[in-house]
Amino acid sequence: MNGAFFRLAATLVSGLVFGFGLSLSGMLDPARVRAFLDITGNWNPSLAFVLGGAVFVSALGVLLTRRLKHPLFDETFHLPDNQVIDRRLIVGAAIFGIGWGLVGLCPGPALASLSLGLPPTFLFVAAMVAGMLIHDRLVARKPSQMGGGAGTAARLSQPH
Amino acid sequence: MNEYENALAGGLLIGLSAAILMVANGRVAGISGIVGRLLQGAQVPTGMLFVLGLMAGPLLFRLVVGAWPVVTVTTSWPLLMAGGLLVGFGSRMGSGCTSGHGVVGLARLSRRSIAAVATFMTAAIVTVFVMGLLA
Repeated sequence: MNGAFFRLAATLVSGLVFGFGLSLSGMLDPARVRAFLDITGNWNPSLAFVLGGAVFVSALGVLLTRRLKHPLFDETFHLPDNQVIDRRLIVGAAIFGIGWGLVGLCPGPALASLSLGLPPTFLFVAAMVAGMLIHDRLVARKPSQMGGGAGTAARLSQPH
Repeated sequence: MNEYENALAGGLLIGLSAAILMVANGRVAGISGIVGRLLQGAQVPTGMLFVLGLMAGPLLFRLVVGAWPVVTVTTSWPLLMAGGLLVGFGSRMGSGCTSGHGVVGLARLSRRSIAAVATFMTAAIVTVFVMGLLA
């Protein structure tokens, strides 16, 4: 059978389930997210259940993959095996966290909420894409690598 | 359903989405990685389909539930832009965001993801706290 077709179908289903789950969970609402982060103020802990529930089912998926020689529709797994905690990881995560706290939107909810047609989320996504391009095209670029353009340099650190 | 039940049910579905991508295709459901690769012209068909599905999620929610998901943005436009830039830049520099490190990385007990989640949760909580002081 045609593995490529099933890979595409599984990707679409995965995206749709993700977007529906985000919509149901309350994660699309930046005000809720910021109330979840406001632990010393008017704390709303409900969104902890989103991460808890998501990690639980995701971990069942991980257990399942360990019983498989290869994924259902591909020859090999494409999962990162880097174990090194370096400065890039920590500084990047801190920068991401500051932005997340400022607005209450992270990449998934920001993209999903585009379909509601609200101007502020369009502005946020445009800035987010600009931030990604600034990092990948300008900062992650390693000129010392022969023929290594922005794409090559950025792909060396296989992102999630 | 109350907000806790909705949060749990939504979270279970997000985990299911990540499990589908991992078991079917052997890939990490990490939004910043998928979008970053799209911007580099890599894995375009799957990336486009994932983002399309993601954006169709709220439409499906509207069909099933009969109401749009609540989205309340009160942030000023300059802060929205600053936040977007930081989220985009930081998620690429740190190789992941709430989905890749949070949902998938924690489930895989990845050391890097545990460190990243602890860092971005702390940074976000401190940011909200400081903004509360300034407001």
